[in-house]
Amino acid sequence: MDSEPLIHQLGSSGRDGVRVPLPQFEPVDPEDVLSQSEIRSGLNLPEVSEIDVMRHFLRLSHRNHSVDTAMYPLGSCTMKYNPKVNEVVARLPGLSDVHPYLPDGDVQGALELIHSLEAMLAEITGFTAVSTQPSAGSQGELAGILGILSYHKARGERRTQVLVPDSAHGTNPATGTMSGLHVVNLPTASDGGIDLDELDARLGPDVAAIMLTLPSTLGLFERRIIDVIERVHSVGAQVYCDGANMNAMLGRVRPADLGVDVMHLNLHKTFSTPHGGGGPGAGALAVQKHLECFLPGPRIERQDGGYVLKEADTSSIGRVHAHLGNFGNLVRAYTYIRSHGSMGLRGATDDAVLNANYLRARLSSDYDVPYDRICMHEVVLAGTRQKKLGVCTIDIAKRLIDYGIHPPTIYFPLIVDEALMIEPTETESLESLDHFVNVMQKIAREAESDPDKVLNAPVNAPVRRLDEVSANRRPDVRWVPESN
Amino acid sequence: MTYTPSTDADRATMLEAVGVASINDLFIDVPREHRDPVLDLPPALPETDVIRHLSTLSAKNLVLENIPSFLGGGFYRHFVPALVDQQLLRSEWYTAYTPYQAEMAQGTLQAMYEFQSLVCDLTGMQVANASLYDGASALAEAVLLCRNLVNRPGVVLADSVHPSYRAVVNTYTRALDVDVRTVSSVRRDKLSLMSDPQAVIDAIDDQTCCVVVQRPDFFGVVENIEPIVAAARRHGARVISVVGDPVSLGLLVPPGDSGVDIVVGEVRSFAGPLAYGGPGAGMFATTSELIRRVPGRIAGRTTDEDGRPGFVLTLQTREQHIRRERATSNITTNEALVALGATITLSALGPRGLRQMAEQCLTAAHRTADALAAVGATLATSGSYFNEFLVHAPDGAGHRLERLRVEQDVIGGLDLGRFYPELDDLILVAATELTTADEVRKFAEGWKATNDG
Amino acid sequence: MYPGDVRYTREHEWVRLDGQTAVIGITSYAQDELGDVVYVELPSVGEMVSLGSEFGTVESVKAVSPLFAPLAGEIVEVNEALIGQPELVNVEPYGSGWMIKVAASTPDELDSLLEAEAYEQFVNDLHA
Repeated sequence: MDSEPLIHQLGSSGRDGVRVPLPQFEPVDPEDVLSQSEIRSGLNLPEVSEIDVMRHFLRLSHRNHSVDTAMYPLGSCTMKYNPKVNEVVARLPGLSDVHPYLPDGDVQGALELIHSLEAMLAEITGFTAVSTQPSAGSQGELAGILGILSYHKARGERRTQVLVPDSAHGTNPATGTMSGLHVVNLPTASDGGIDLDELDARLGPDVAAIMLTLPSTLGLFERRIIDVIERVHSVGAQVYCDGANMNAMLGRVRPADLGVDVMHLNLHKTFSTPHGGGGPGAGALAVQKHLECFLPGPRIERQDGGYVLKEADTSSIGRVHAHLGNFGNLVRAYTYIRSHGSMGLRGATDDAVLNANYLRARLSSDYDVPYDRICMHEVVLAGTRQKKLGVCTIDIAKRLIDYGIHPPTIYFPLIVDEALMIEPTETESLESLDHFVNVMQKIAREAESDPDKVLNAPVNAPVRRLDEVSANRRPDVRWVPESN
Repeated sequence: MTYTPSTDADRATMLEAVGVASINDLFIDVPREHRDPVLDLPPALPETDVIRHLSTLSAKNLVLENIPSFLGGGFYRHFVPALVDQQLLRSEWYTAYTPYQAEMAQGTLQAMYEFQSLVCDLTGMQVANASLYDGASALAEAVLLCRNLVNRPGVVLADSVHPSYRAVVNTYTRALDVDVRTVSSVRRDKLSLMSDPQAVIDAIDDQTCCVVVQRPDFFGVVENIEPIVAAARRHGARVISVVGDPVSLGLLVPPGDSGVDIVVGEVRSFAGPLAYGGPGAGMFATTSELIRRVPGRIAGRTTDEDGRPGFVLTLQTREQHIRRERATSNITTNEALVALGATITLSALGPRGLRQMAEQCLTAAHRTADALAAVGATLATSGSYFNEFLVHAPDGAGHRLERLRVEQDVIGGLDLGRFYPELDDLILVAATELTTADEVRKFAEGWKATNDG
Repeated sequence: MYPGDVRYTREHEWVRLDGQTAVIGITSYAQDELGDVVYVELPSVGEMVSLGSEFGTVESVKAVSPLFAPLAGEIVEVNEALIGQPELVNVEPYGSGWMIKVAASTPDELDSLLEAEAYEQFVNDLHA
């Protein structure tokens, strides 16, 4: 595939694009109402005709892999099918052509949708209240940890530490720092679960919270979860759950029931809102009663048979978004839940977990499985066998590209050497899973008998492996005319 | 069931391979007493029925197309070319993931690079990221950057910056050693609201790491920020400039020309309808000096093994997945699809299209002001404005707006009292290139009719 | 294998004393483990360091490693060449890839650092 020029390199001087609306008024000369020094003299934008803009972005889209193209088994990302009916309803005029500052009476549909979605997410997770204001999981984490700090402060305590397992997603410690906390690393036990002795050694009155991912980033359900939560609570600390892996739990277990105090959900993972090439996502923060008053505001309340926006009081941690969050994605998540019902959601979890275990069973003869027991919705393999032959996980990943399958998550979690984290999700068919197994087995054979094929991959993609070293040494992050 | 392909036969095959009798056996690690909760949710709806249900919710919302609306306040209704949504509906764009495997994501990466370039073009800055959640969080991240860079706790925040953006800054800094001071940058002169930067200038001292201003500001005013920039420089503080309506960048001098350090803003308006406030996309642009402190994803251009041009995520060592607790920010998912929409719109408009659009916004706002003045309204804006201005309502902004809505079917604008209690007699009126002469006429007539108040 | 005219730390830094000035960098083993160095974050001239304090970071594409001061003193010079050419750390870790120069306040601190043979043994043990 030929490379595609930059949009700035297309078109030609003087070429016009789309036409703006017809003028409605006698024009006002900017120089009559603004001073000369306020008006810009030049504007460097591409000068491309509409057809060429369309072709450019169409050709660029051809250079992407996507869920709709083929399997995308990225662990911890839940790349499930994005229902098309969600795209239809999100574009209904009453759900799209709506200004956030319209009076409450004029947005009863939006307020009802958000209120209802929050109630359904609370029901699914077992918590008493949910805020869908965070724009993504990370922002939900921040809001949740800030809420915990407010909780402690209201009890007259100032705690400065947060415990984070060494298997945790990088956002967890980063959130700890953004919350002004000292991040204490918690080593994982050899069986992949929380090490109770290590936990006890670190628990104390200065610990504000522990951040747990359930199931863990190893794809394992924490066997000692009740014990862990009890110990954390016994020192007055709170349990935060990173809900990225909620797809393993719908209708099978509710984190609140286990004793978790607060969790975030990634609506763009579990609840099917599309990933968009990196966003937008949508986060949701679910809390137990004692943390409700700290949720971001404003909140939606029922009143006189309708819905009103109520400003948060001073106990709230405040706003995390300019309005009420990523409403367009809340519409999609709401639609997803209404399309599934309780049996559908549980069915999704069941198939997600079964599919992952099936891959574990079928791939264990060719790849090392660091934790060879029943996994949840994702399985972590290790490319350690292949590494001995000189083929690393990165090479296996690049070779998968040649077979038209997106690689799994690689080199995460950090505690597994040459990690390959595979999450098929429930929307892959048995044929699709078998195809993936066949390809992985093929690559394992290639690593043994023809390793160059793997080491030189990819050869079937729009580009070969890219020079990241130069990209980092001398970053080129924008187009400037001279550089062409 | 719904979107899962598996049949019972498929499941039986898989269960056998796994070596368990039933799916229940896969959940044995869940504590028995907490297994299999009954979820009380409405019954599942197939497509036709779920669309019907969502349509009834949709019908309970007021559609901006169907009513004259002069609402702005950081959220602006603009022309978005038809081709944008056609592109955004392409599976390869919206069902793709973050481009961690660059070879399979050259489309997304190149689009990010183009977005970054366009943001630099518009703002006059040297480096931009591929978007943050929204304008508000982009401002919060900019403040944190300055706090860490200059290592002083003070932040001077002009109150003419969007109130919700300021609220998000307060949230992001509440647990950190940051002293945010919101300073008045306006004063009342009879009925007019005058811009007055003196208090902001006076608040900057040797404990200030950054000063935050907005242009056009929340009240619509286009102000000269040079005195504030100069004062910041004298004290070694950085300057963050928030862009009001991003279309203004088609006409106004770019913030980069004023020597600011960081420019942030909201670019949702370029990508699609307002969607009740989200998703948006925050732009974040700065100087080359600060490139390694920028939060969020950045696409970089490079070459592959065969010398072909290509794109990668670059400077990832700033980010959480590598630097963890020492990351510049915890942000991971951003707003790639919204940024893509903005990229396509800006490419399709071109320099003349955007300039024309901006001039039409300016015209629409000033003609609306003329029409209101002609029926006796008192304008309260002092100074130049782009596409928003203030009108005084003797009977109270909230009261007048309600009458306009109920009696005249016009959404007259934003009651400033919602955010500034002492300014509850002022209405913030916005107009864009989509505002029609008919709508302005209805507004003026409605204003006149409700004058008896 | 490792130059005999410098001393080594267990964090894989080397130190060479030029009169009262200590020249500091990272060892060939360290740069090899890191891979291609893409960026070095260095402190400013005039800053003080103490034994074991973190004075900067060295980055590859996928990793960030802290740099620890092997002795106490004031920073008198930093290697500006690394800004445009971080690869010097890979190419000449003991030469043009040097990082900082420190006016040692207690040069005796060097005596407690590893000599070349001891460092080589230390590195071998890491892989045992």
